[in-house]
Amino acid sequence: KKMAMVLTAIRGELVVIPVEWSWLTLSRVLFSRQEVMKWNGWGYSDSRFLFNKKGQAEFTGRRYRLSGMVLPSLKDWFESTFGASLQHKSPATATLNASAVPFPSLNEAFLQDLKSTGIPFSHEAEDRVFRAHGHCLHEIFALREGKFGRVPDLVVWPNCHEDVVKTVDLACRHNVCLIPYGGGTSVSSALECPPDETRCIVSLDTSQMSRILWIDEKNLTAHVEAGIVGQDLERLLNESGYCTGHEPDSMEFSSLGGWVATRASGMKKNVYGNIEDLVVHIKMVCPRGVVEKSCQGPRVSIGPDIHHFIMGSEGTLGVVTEVTIKIRPMPEYQKYGSVVFPNFEQGVACLREVAKQRCAPASIRLMDNAQFQFGHALKPQVSSIFTSFLDGLKKFYITKFKGFDPHHLCVATLLFEGDRERVLQHEKQVYDIAAKFGGLAAGEDNGQRGYMLTFVIAYLRDLGMDYYVIGESFETSVPWDRVLDLCRNVKERIVRECRERGVQFPPLATCRVTQTYDAGACVYFYFAFNYRGLADPVNIYGRVEHAAREEILANGGSLSHHHGVGKLRKHWMPESISDVGIGMLKSVKEYVDPDNIFGSRNLL
Amino acid sequence: MASNTLYSPRDPALKKRDDFEDILEERRSSSDLRYALRCYVPVVYKGIAPCKPGVLKTAVLQSDRLRHVVAEMSKETGESADVIREEASGILEEMAHRLRLGTVRFFAYSLSKAFKALFQRVRVNEDGIQRLQQSIQEHPVVLLPSHRSYMDFLIMSYILYTYDLSLPVIAAGMDFLGMKIVGEMLRMSGAFFIRRSFGGDKLYWAVFSEYVKTMLRNGYAPIEFFLEGTRSRTCKSLTPKLGLLNIVMEPFFKGEVFDVSLVPISISYERVLEEALYARELLGVPKPKESTSGLLKARKILSEDYGSIHVYFGHPVSLRSLAQGRINRSQYNLLPRHIPRRPSQETQAFVNETAYRLVRLQEENMVLRPWVLVAALLLQNPDGVDMERLVEQTSWLRGLAVSFGAFLDWPDYVSASKAVASSLALHTGLVRTEGGRAQLAMEPKEPGSPEEDLFDRAASVLSCASYRNQILHVFLRPALLGMAMQMAEASRKDDIYSCFSFLRDVFSNEFILCPGGTVQDFDEACYMLTKCAAVHVQKQEVVATEKGQRILSFLTSLFQPFLKGYQVGPAPFLELVDYPRELTCYEALSSDVQKNALAALLRMKVVRKLKV
Repeated sequence: KKMAMVLTAIRGELVVIPVEWSWLTLSRVLFSRQEVMKWNGWGYSDSRFLFNKKGQAEFTGRRYRLSGMVLPSLKDWFESTFGASLQHKSPATATLNASAVPFPSLNEAFLQDLKSTGIPFSHEAEDRVFRAHGHCLHEIFALREGKFGRVPDLVVWPNCHEDVVKTVDLACRHNVCLIPYGGGTSVSSALECPPDETRCIVSLDTSQMSRILWIDEKNLTAHVEAGIVGQDLERLLNESGYCTGHEPDSMEFSSLGGWVATRASGMKKNVYGNIEDLVVHIKMVCPRGVVEKSCQGPRVSIGPDIHHFIMGSEGTLGVVTEVTIKIRPMPEYQKYGSVVFPNFEQGVACLREVAKQRCAPASIRLMDNAQFQFGHALKPQVSSIFTSFLDGLKKFYITKFKGFDPHHLCVATLLFEGDRERVLQHEKQVYDIAAKFGGLAAGEDNGQRGYMLTFVIAYLRDLGMDYYVIGESFETSVPWDRVLDLCRNVKERIVRECRERGVQFPPLATCRVTQTYDAGACVYFYFAFNYRGLADPVNIYGRVEHAAREEILANGGSLSHHHGVGKLRKHWMPESISDVGIGMLKSVKEYVDPDNIFGSRNLL
Repeated sequence: MASNTLYSPRDPALKKRDDFEDILEERRSSSDLRYALRCYVPVVYKGIAPCKPGVLKTAVLQSDRLRHVVAEMSKETGESADVIREEASGILEEMAHRLRLGTVRFFAYSLSKAFKALFQRVRVNEDGIQRLQQSIQEHPVVLLPSHRSYMDFLIMSYILYTYDLSLPVIAAGMDFLGMKIVGEMLRMSGAFFIRRSFGGDKLYWAVFSEYVKTMLRNGYAPIEFFLEGTRSRTCKSLTPKLGLLNIVMEPFFKGEVFDVSLVPISISYERVLEEALYARELLGVPKPKESTSGLLKARKILSEDYGSIHVYFGHPVSLRSLAQGRINRSQYNLLPRHIPRRPSQETQAFVNETAYRLVRLQEENMVLRPWVLVAALLLQNPDGVDMERLVEQTSWLRGLAVSFGAFLDWPDYVSASKAVASSLALHTGLVRTEGGRAQLAMEPKEPGSPEEDLFDRAASVLSCASYRNQILHVFLRPALLGMAMQMAEASRKDDIYSCFSFLRDVFSNEFILCPGGTVQDFDEACYMLTKCAAVHVQKQEVVATEKGQRILSFLTSLFQPFLKGYQVGPAPFLELVDYPRELTCYEALSSDVQKNALAALLRMKVVRKLKV
């Protein structure tokens, strides 16, 4: 393989793509994703954490800033936080055993008609297994053990809107179940095939529909096929000097259609908005036909917005094929930053004030103490005595001189974007507010590392799973006045539930406030524990997460801020939106898809 | 509305209880002064936000809740907000405690002296103390002692100080403030004062509830109050009051704290200090007003022997576990949490049920002395009983009580005759023993008018009854079943159940019978009587056995005075002058029975209240 690489930047991270693919978008490569991506873990095959022979953690590959680096403090953090040990390994099954995959049950008539359309398809075990799951803990855990439940019987790769129309039409004619597949980054069991589905299940992979069809510089919109993956969309737009600014944590792999179908939220929503603020026009193919609006008016008063039936429909109504999305000129200047607070309470008060004054930077996030320590454990080896001396000095200043308790202090990470002058002005404004809440500016580097944590966390989970540690993240949104109570109670509930369910080691339960709104905030939890000594760790994990969600709801939090409902959380839908609300959604589903062709059974 | 949490058909006799330690023992052998001045570093709640009483007051006055109420009242009355705020500040000033270690040390010293003079022993279950210490660190704690005497809260603080636990803040009646100096000293040892009634006063309620909740949320100190609301003059537990319990539960319902530990505490006295006063009060002599001079005059009680005190710290009850599946906390999601609102019906029912449950837990761990059994038997034998027979009966009753789960302080090595003899010796004022017979002391020392004689006789019956009352909770359910069987005059289970249900309803002001718990209580009664082979419960029938006659007749006659009291109803005084030997009727003179009977009749809509 030629080692010439093309560099591209995603959120400050250098992503490397082999030069022979540079004419392609990543989406195109994803025709057979398993060649570049792990089949039983997160992300690229070449990028993973491991403990080397010296017992030090390192991150392999060349794609990320952290790639090839040694992380000297990760081992100690890992062992002391989880009571884990490098001696106790729980390795995954190395290769996919195709013979263990259930044989496809094909609808021959459908297959015949499909062949005549010329749309590519496959019933290879690898292709089917790859599209049978998202990234929930139980899904990955089963893959690592080489266990497969119901998987799609067939995968199709439509190349354009018309191909989708044809596929859906055939599916209706032959009563075949369709499950749209975008980036596969779902964490709501949305991609899981219903085990009792007797029809042929076809996974409709949108990866080949990844072109930017046009860019309208007068109105600052772009018309894009929905299969495009986040990093490609940004890179291609960047080439013309634009961006969407939509950066969910999964943007390396998740697709535009997936964002629409789950009501995604991006890190920089304070500047660019969430997906519902970004889309101008959506085209969706349903069993009943194609649904779209007739104009691109920036705002309309023509009854309930049909986009809101589509956004968050989670693949139950049809396939999103094309989207017109707002674009912005690329920002001239970007700057990271961070603030240390004496405790989480002060930090939340500061974020609330920032939201009140509506001066939130592109991104502002507040990590609690445990997460701050976690981030610290990811510090790469320092190159010189001078840097380590400086680090020591900083620590001394904060803990001794300023009197911050290292077990209570917490850090907010910031990202400013815009033209240089305004960024600097904005920065000052935010730091002034922070100072009122006892916050001390703690440098760009800490800020950038904070964002890196979200980027590599999914890779870290795979490392944990090699050593008996399982975990996951979940999120909610909550009014400002209940943020602190919710964070405290949910963390405590996790600890208590783990104890009661026989988990032998104290769990890691940590949270951060990741988004601010006028009326509340988005809170994100990490939860992980060492499962040595447990017979059915996944089951226990599920019960604890269930209890944590109950606690969230009891404390005024929402069922989901941006992960969606899928099948994992649909149990709580009636209490979340009332029975009448469920009825509304059901009646739409019944009209749009009376035969339940889109039979993923998400949401309802 | 059956709750399945309260009743489990376990064998009450096998209940495991902790051992006691006497805390006075050390006091008798080492310096009280050194004890009062020793280093005191209690463990505290892990989430504590340390603050001084002054800061606490500011926090309350500036709370969203209070600001909201002030703004609303100002809108309603047209009064300026500042004036109302002033008023709120005045209320808080009058209410708030000013806990100071110096005062606590003073009390530690003087109470050591007083306790050693008054009591033989003050016995505490140290396992309970350890559990409490654990709870205090984990969650806000609410201490719920039983209330029989003014001593209760002094004892509580004294014990917590002794074991190096955080001193509680205590809800006390405003009456204490009437005592010069002493009132203020109580305040400085952690008491806060609330008016006895403030029904419609919105501002008072807001200040009061916010004050308590702020202390709870901050984990400021354990909060102590008496579920029964006032001292029980009869030594029976009183129907719990719900106001404060509602307040301390709200922070949990609203997610402001993760959990609240409710700790039932049973304080049992071998002789209550106020024994003589209570009987007089029950007969209509008004309660002496709390005053410092009264307290000084009461010094003379220091010369008497009041036996032992047992303080049993029960297992902390997690509010979260109780509320699991009962309270949907998301009901508070749609209204800002500082806006007061009426608790939903399910919440009210839950609070009520929990209150009953806690009082029952208090009752369960009340230590009973052999004298209680003797008193019960003497009251059933107004004409006296042979010593031999009394010993035999006491021994029999002991077996029955233990099998029903009574917490008897009667070690195995003490023979029945010894236990009876020493009981009679401690209560010479109430019993007369002559010629091998024991009888209640009914004859007045110096004959007076018939009314005075009657009064004295009634007073001694009521004093004695207050001991018997201590064991009623053990026998209550089986006795109701026994009475129901008598009433139904048939053995069909359904008929008996409906009589049981009726009796239970009638007596629900008198005893701790949680509304809605009839089915469980019936099952419990059947279980207990079956276990001691007194009845035979079949699918359709409940039949008394041969052997059961003695048990059933004992049980029914134990509760006879109440049945009589309720039958006689109001104005029994005249009748009694005519039939002064009818002993059971003396108890009908008790204002407590009359009050309860009237309340029951009103509740059951048998009588109606007319405003005159």
